Amino acid sequence: MKKAILTGEHFFTGDVACAEGALAAGCRFFGGYPITPATEIAERMASRLPHVGGSYIQMEDEIAAIASVLGASWAGVKSMTATSGPGFSLMMENLGLGICTETPCVIVNVQRGGPSTGLPTQGAQGDMMQSRWGSHGDYEIIVLAPYSPQEIFYQTITAFNLSETYRIPVLIMTDEIVGHMSEKVIIPDSRKVKTISRTAPKGRKDRFRLFEPGPNGVAPMPAAGQGYNVHVTGLTHDEKGYPVMTVDTQVEMMDRLTGKIRNNLDDIIMTESYMMDDAEIVLVSYGVSARTCLAAVDQARKSGIKAGMFRLITVWPFPEEEIKKIAERVKGFITVEMNLGQIHREVQRCVGGKVPAVLVGHHGGTIIPPEDVLKKMKETF
Amino acid sequence: MGGSPDISKKQLDHPLDDLIRTDRLPHIWCAGCGIGTVFSSCLTAIKASELELNNISMVSGIGCSGRAAGYVKLDSFHTTHGRAIPFATGLKLGNPDLNVIVFSGDGDLFAIGGNHMIHAARRNMDITVICVNNLNYGMTGGQVAATTPHMAKSTTTPSGNPEDPFNLPLLAYASGATYVARWTMLHTRELTSSIQEAILKKGFSFIEVLSPCPVNYGRRNKEKALDTLKLYQENTIIRNDANPAGLDIDFSKEVVLGKFVDVERDTYIERYEKICRQES
Repeated sequence: MKKAILTGEHFFTGDVACAEGALAAGCRFFGGYPITPATEIAERMASRLPHVGGSYIQMEDEIAAIASVLGASWAGVKSMTATSGPGFSLMMENLGLGICTETPCVIVNVQRGGPSTGLPTQGAQGDMMQSRWGSHGDYEIIVLAPYSPQEIFYQTITAFNLSETYRIPVLIMTDEIVGHMSEKVIIPDSRKVKTISRTAPKGRKDRFRLFEPGPNGVAPMPAAGQGYNVHVTGLTHDEKGYPVMTVDTQVEMMDRLTGKIRNNLDDIIMTESYMMDDAEIVLVSYGVSARTCLAAVDQARKSGIKAGMFRLITVWPFPEEEIKKIAERVKGFITVEMNLGQIHREVQRCVGGKVPAVLVGHHGGTIIPPEDVLKKMKETF
Repeated sequence: MGGSPDISKKQLDHPLDDLIRTDRLPHIWCAGCGIGTVFSSCLTAIKASELELNNISMVSGIGCSGRAAGYVKLDSFHTTHGRAIPFATGLKLGNPDLNVIVFSGDGDLFAIGGNHMIHAARRNMDITVICVNNLNYGMTGGQVAATTPHMAKSTTTPSGNPEDPFNLPLLAYASGATYVARWTMLHTRELTSSIQEAILKKGFSFIEVLSPCPVNYGRRNKEKALDTLKLYQENTIIRNDANPAGLDIDFSKEVVLGKFVDVERDTYIERYEKICRQES
């Protein structure tokens, strides 16, 4: 057996840092399918997992990949897959199965330009709304957006912890640029890596109810083979897990699925403020575009503009209340993202017309230069 | 009416009750449908296998046969359409001690899920796949399937099916399955012992079970429920080790049943342990 946690200083790409974060979090199953620019995550897991007591399997397509991840999770193993746009689209149906059956797992989307085959080797942030609404039906989801290899390492651990805490698939929406850039990644001592695993059920097995919520709104989860005779279905089901085709059961199940997220926003939502204390112009960004914003804020400050950045670490659930509060004390917002205005619309909705909220977007394929953001600042404010 | 309550309770008990979620009955299967018989054979085989029940999981996809997972009192997973096999693959790899049985229908396993079927057989994933073949999509009201005979009528082939169906045992064999058999639901004894054999055999096992769908298939093809059973009785022949290439289904001639493949080959997990865990 080799070490699962490679304590020390490394020079890693974002993709490799993601794989190492997963291993540090306790992930021991990866169902993969190659796709640029996410392939390196699968490759790293294929070489590392068999030597830390886990398994990697390369499935026949992304549909099979995510289905295998859900199956492995029900065997009691922390599981993940990684993909990019076209594969992400194929995973949407089983993402819904994971949500409906409250199956913890982590799905990474190293975003590239779309639609369709698009720009396989170039970055974009065009799947952000798909990460929120891509599977059919209403639901809540947790989506993280790291902006550096070091942060991918930590956010992958966080993704597993949130996934295990809330029994929900957690998405990591990174992009080709962060996925392929190499930077220093520090992996801490294994004792300093905080990991969370799903709560095991207690009490009599014959009285156990698979979806009966605990104190935080989340039900404990047994694994197959433990004698609970679980029934797991993507049909609308009651707390026992049995399909019941009634409006009441649908309402009860949906309230449980959405409530466990909506009632724990403080625990789930993570943001970061940069130069926000006296900021008059707020750049809202996430992922690789936040790197643009860091430079843009610094340049703006040099020329006397009081700019700051509000960075979304958790993109979904959206930090609605925080944006509303900021809107009360600033002159305006600029959302910076590599798409034609997906999170921008959320920002606009929360700002509610109180102050201007504009977009610096890009069609995908290249990082947005800070100069474009500065230009927009000067034009608008 | 007479008798002590104990006796009447005893009469009501079914020998498979301990493997059934009786609180989910009645089931959804139509009168004349054969899935219940196949399901019952499967449960009898599970019991006869004497395996630790806690270690057996059943995985289904979507469709009439896919409802089986909802009635079995084991760890049971009713997944998405076509994806029972990859889900089962993850379950097995997550805990190799589990004995995983996929119970689903022909449309689920061979049309929408066909790709998964051939790949699981190719890599010799150690699971058992039971395919109830009723020659059409029953749940949605009788549409043409990848198994519907040429010229048979369905709601989406009102003039007759222009396509040819798959020969399922041939496909399983060609893909690498180490155990391949075909029975009808009328051949319950052979079917039950075949399922038992498949469950206990390591490697990818596949059993096709022909089963009537009088409501949706029979009705449109002038075949009453009893007619189908007569065909199963009179127009079939058991020919173990028959060449899988000669197993096309044509009830106007003779349909071959039996065990066609029973070979040994390393499973995916055995190879993974041997090859991939080698420290370089």
